[in-house]
Amino acid sequence: MTLDELKPGQKCHIAKVNAEGVTGQRLLDMGFVPGAKIHIIRNAPLVDPVEILLKGYHISIRHSESKEIEIVVP
Amino acid sequence: MRRKLKEIKVAVAGQPNSGKSTIFNLLTGGRQHVANYPGITVEKKTGTYRIQEHKVFLTDLPGTYSLTSYSLEERIARDFLLQEKPEVIVDIVDATNLERNLYLVFQLAEIGIPLVIDLNMADVAKSRGFQIDTEKLSQEIGAEIVPTVGNKGRGKRELRQTIHKAYESKKSPRRLDYGKELESILKPLGQFLSKDANFSKRYPIRWLAVKLLENDSEAQRAVKKYSTNGEEILSYVEEERKKFISQYEEAPEKSIAHQRYREAEKIVGHCVKQIRTEPKTLTDRIDMVVCNRFSGLIVLLGTIYAMYNLSIVQGYKITNYTWPLLAGLQKFLVLSLPPEGFVFDPLLRAMPLGVIGGVIAVLNYVPIFIILFALIAIMEDTGYLARMSFILDRVFRYFGLHGQSVLPLVLGGVYVGGCAIPGVMACRGIKDEKARLATMLVVPLMNCLAKIPLYVLLLGLFFAATKGIMMFFIGTITIIIALGVAKILSLTILKRKESAPFILEMPPYHLPTIGGVLRRCLERLGIFIKKIITVVMVVMCLVYLLINFPGLSKERKAHYNSQANRIKKSFMKKIGEDNPYTKLLAGDGLINFTKYRNDYRAATRGVEEEKTKKVIEQKFRQRNFEFFKIVKKGKYELEGKKIKDKDAKKVHKTYKKVFNQRRELRAEKKKETIKGSFLGRVGIALEPITKKLGFNWQVNIALISAFAAKENAVGTIGVLYESPPTEREDRLEKRLGEKEGGWTPLHALAIILFMAMYPPCIPTLLMIRVESGSTMWMLFATFYPIILGIIFAFLAFTAGNLLGFSGLKMMITIYTLAIVFMVGVGFIKRKEKTVQQKTAQDEIHR
Repeated sequence: MTLDELKPGQKCHIAKVNAEGVTGQRLLDMGFVPGAKIHIIRNAPLVDPVEILLKGYHISIRHSESKEIEIVVP
Repeated sequence: MRRKLKEIKVAVAGQPNSGKSTIFNLLTGGRQHVANYPGITVEKKTGTYRIQEHKVFLTDLPGTYSLTSYSLEERIARDFLLQEKPEVIVDIVDATNLERNLYLVFQLAEIGIPLVIDLNMADVAKSRGFQIDTEKLSQEIGAEIVPTVGNKGRGKRELRQTIHKAYESKKSPRRLDYGKELESILKPLGQFLSKDANFSKRYPIRWLAVKLLENDSEAQRAVKKYSTNGEEILSYVEEERKKFISQYEEAPEKSIAHQRYREAEKIVGHCVKQIRTEPKTLTDRIDMVVCNRFSGLIVLLGTIYAMYNLSIVQGYKITNYTWPLLAGLQKFLVLSLPPEGFVFDPLLRAMPLGVIGGVIAVLNYVPIFIILFALIAIMEDTGYLARMSFILDRVFRYFGLHGQSVLPLVLGGVYVGGCAIPGVMACRGIKDEKARLATMLVVPLMNCLAKIPLYVLLLGLFFAATKGIMMFFIGTITIIIALGVAKILSLTILKRKESAPFILEMPPYHLPTIGGVLRRCLERLGIFIKKIITVVMVVMCLVYLLINFPGLSKERKAHYNSQANRIKKSFMKKIGEDNPYTKLLAGDGLINFTKYRNDYRAATRGVEEEKTKKVIEQKFRQRNFEFFKIVKKGKYELEGKKIKDKDAKKVHKTYKKVFNQRRELRAEKKKETIKGSFLGRVGIALEPITKKLGFNWQVNIALISAFAAKENAVGTIGVLYESPPTEREDRLEKRLGEKEGGWTPLHALAIILFMAMYPPCIPTLLMIRVESGSTMWMLFATFYPIILGIIFAFLAFTAGNLLGFSGLKMMITIYTLAIVFMVGVGFIKRKEKTVQQKTAQDEIHR
C-alpha cells in the first residue's frame, strides 16, 4: 500500500521509500524514513496535494510523490 | 587610536522556520548588510558585533533541511562552510521540532568546525508541554546549547558568550556514529582520503567520506578535481556502494539518513519529556478554516483581493499625496537647468529633463512597493504563504507553475492594473527553480497600470458601446495567455531547469513582529532603488538620443528659427511701438516673460483658497512687477487703488496668440525631429511589414517609444497626431478619430492586443535580470512578448479582415482561441510530466 491511497484521518507508518534522486533525498531529509509515523490531516481543496503530520510537524506533499512511499496501516 | 580588532568568522545555519533571521537580527542588532550571493539570487545577510577584543563577523546561510547538493540553497550553505571555513557555526534549532532539526545538527558536526546549538522558541516548546533537559542534550550531541526566545529578545548575551567560548576552545563537535555496517566503509575511506595531505587540508575528511558514500555529485567532483588519487578513490567508493546495496538491499544514502533519524529519535527520547499533549493547537484550528475546501477558497480570494487592494489600489491613492513632493523635487531640479529657448531648447536642458522625469516616474511607485513588500513579509512570516501554495498548487501545476505563482501574477495585474516589478520580486519565494523562472517570465504579460491609458483611449474611440465587456476580455485574456505560455516555456526552454519536489513544510502560524516586517521591507526597497535608479538614468539618456538624433538639418533649423522670428516680430508689431511694455518684451524679454507666465500658471493652478492665492501673487509681484501687470491682464492694485492698465491687457491678449503659435511651432518641430530620428526611421522602415498588423508608422514609433515606459505610447501618439498632448485627453481622441478616418475597430484591437503582450519596461527587465541572475533571461523576456504581440495583432487585423469580422466578434474569437490554447497545452504537460520525471530520475540513477 502506498501513502496516496489513504484518506484524511488515517494513520500509518512508513515501510519503504521508493523514490530516488532529488525527490528521494528530499523525502529522507524531511524525515520520511522507515518506521516514521504519519497522520493524514487533510486534502487540499482540489484534493491534491495532501497535508500530513510527520514527527510533529506538518508537510504538504503531492500525490505523485506520496505514491513513492510504501506504508503499513496498523 | 583604535586597536584593530581580531575578526571571528561565524556562520549562522538552521532549518527553514527555525527563527533563524530573528536570531540573526538579535545578534547583530541593526548592523547588517544584505546582498546576493555572487551570481545568484539567494539573499546573503552579513552583520557584525563586538565582544571583548574581537569583532564577530556573522554570515546568515540560507535555511536548509540538509546539506545535499540537490538544491541551490543547500549548495550555497555547504560551499560557504567548506570554502570560507568559518571559525564557529551557530545552528538555530527549533525547540518544538527537535528531532528533524537534529538531522541537520549531525551533518554540521561532521564538518568539524566548533558548533553552538541555539535552542530557539524555547517558550513555545514549554507552552506545548515539552520539557527539554538542555544539559543532557548538550552532552548527547557533544556541543554547547543555548536556549533562546528570539522574538522576545531573550538569550542574546548567553548566545554571544557561548559563541566566543566555542571560538576560544576550538573544540570539534562530536560526530555521529553510523553503526557497524556503514562505519566499516567510512573509516577506511577516511584513511584513504587523508593520504593526500594537501587534500585533507582543503576538505573535512569525515564529512567528505559520508558524502561520497551518499553518492553526492559535488563531493565526487571535488575528489576528482583536487585529490591526487581521485579516480582510485571514486572507483573504491563505487565498489563499496555496490557491495553495500547487494548485501543490505538498500542504498547507503538511505541507511545514512535512517541512522541520523534513529539517533535523533534516541536523543529526543532521552532528553525531551512531553508532560502534556495539546489536543488541538491554535494552528490546527486556524487551518481547519483556512485549508478547508470552501472557507479556504474564500479566505484565499479575500487575501489576494486585500493584498491587491491595499498595495496597488490604496498605494496608488497614496501616490496622490507623495506625488506633489516628487513634483516639487522635480521642479526644483529643473530650476537648476539652463532655461528653455523659444523653439530650440539647449541639450543640457532637454536631456536631463527626460532623465529626471524617468527617475521621478519610478520613484512615484515607491509607496506601492513599500506596502507590497511589507505585506509579502507578513505573509511569509505568518505562514500563510505555505497554505496558499497548498491550496493552489493543483491548478498551477497544470501550467508548469507552482502554488506560490499566484502572488506574483496577482501583483503583476491579474485583471487591470498591477505592476510587474513587485510581481517579479515576489517570485523569490518560489522554491522550484523551473516554476520560479516560468512565473517570472510571464508576470510581465499581466496588465500593468501603464498599459491602461492606451486601452482606455482606443476603447473609448472604437468600442464606445461595448467598452465594459471589451475591458473584461482584455483584462482576462492576458492571464489565459500567460498560463499557456508558462506551460510551453516549462516544456521547452526550461525543461532542463531544476524542478524541486513539492514537499513543503506548513509551519505553525505566528504573529510577525513589526520590526522584522519593516526591516525586510526596507531591505528589499533599498535593493530595488539602488539597482533601478542608476540604470533608469542611463536608459533614459539613450532613449532621448534615439528619439532626438540625428536631429533636424541646418535648413530645417533655419526654417524654424525664421518662423520663430516671424512670430516675435508680428507680436511686437501688434502691440505697437508706443506700448510702454514694448521695450520690456524686446529681445530676450519675450522668453523671460514666457518663463514667468509658465511659472505663475503652474503656481496658481488648482489653488482655491484666497489666502494662499494672495501669498503666491505677492511673490510673483515682487519677482517682476511689470510682468505681473501683464499676467493679471492689467488689473492690479497699487497703493490701495484698483488700477486698470489697458496696455497690459492688450499685451496679454496678443501674447496668448503668440503662446499658441509657439506651441504649434514647437510641436511641429518635435514631430519632424521624431520622424527623422533613429527611432522614427525604424518606425517608417517597418511600416511595410507592420501593415499586416494594422500599424502605420506613427503607431510603430509610439509602440517603440513605449519601450522606455508604456505611458509614453499615448503621449507619442499625441505628438505624432498633430500638436501637443494637451491636458484634455478627449482632444486627442477627437484628433485620432478625425485624422484616421481609415482606422477600424480591428486596427484598434490589433494595437490593444500588441500592447497587452508588450515587453516589460526597463525597470522590470532589470529586476528579471537581478532575480534570474542572467542577462539571457532578460533578453528572452524582452523578445518573446514581441513575437507573441505580432501573432495576436496579425490575427486580429489580417485574419479579422479576411473573415470580415467586427472588432468585438474578432475579440471573442481570439479569446476563445486563447482558452483552447491554454487548456490544450495544460493537457500536454500532464502526460509529459510523468514521463519527464521518470527520465530525470533515470538520469540521476545512472
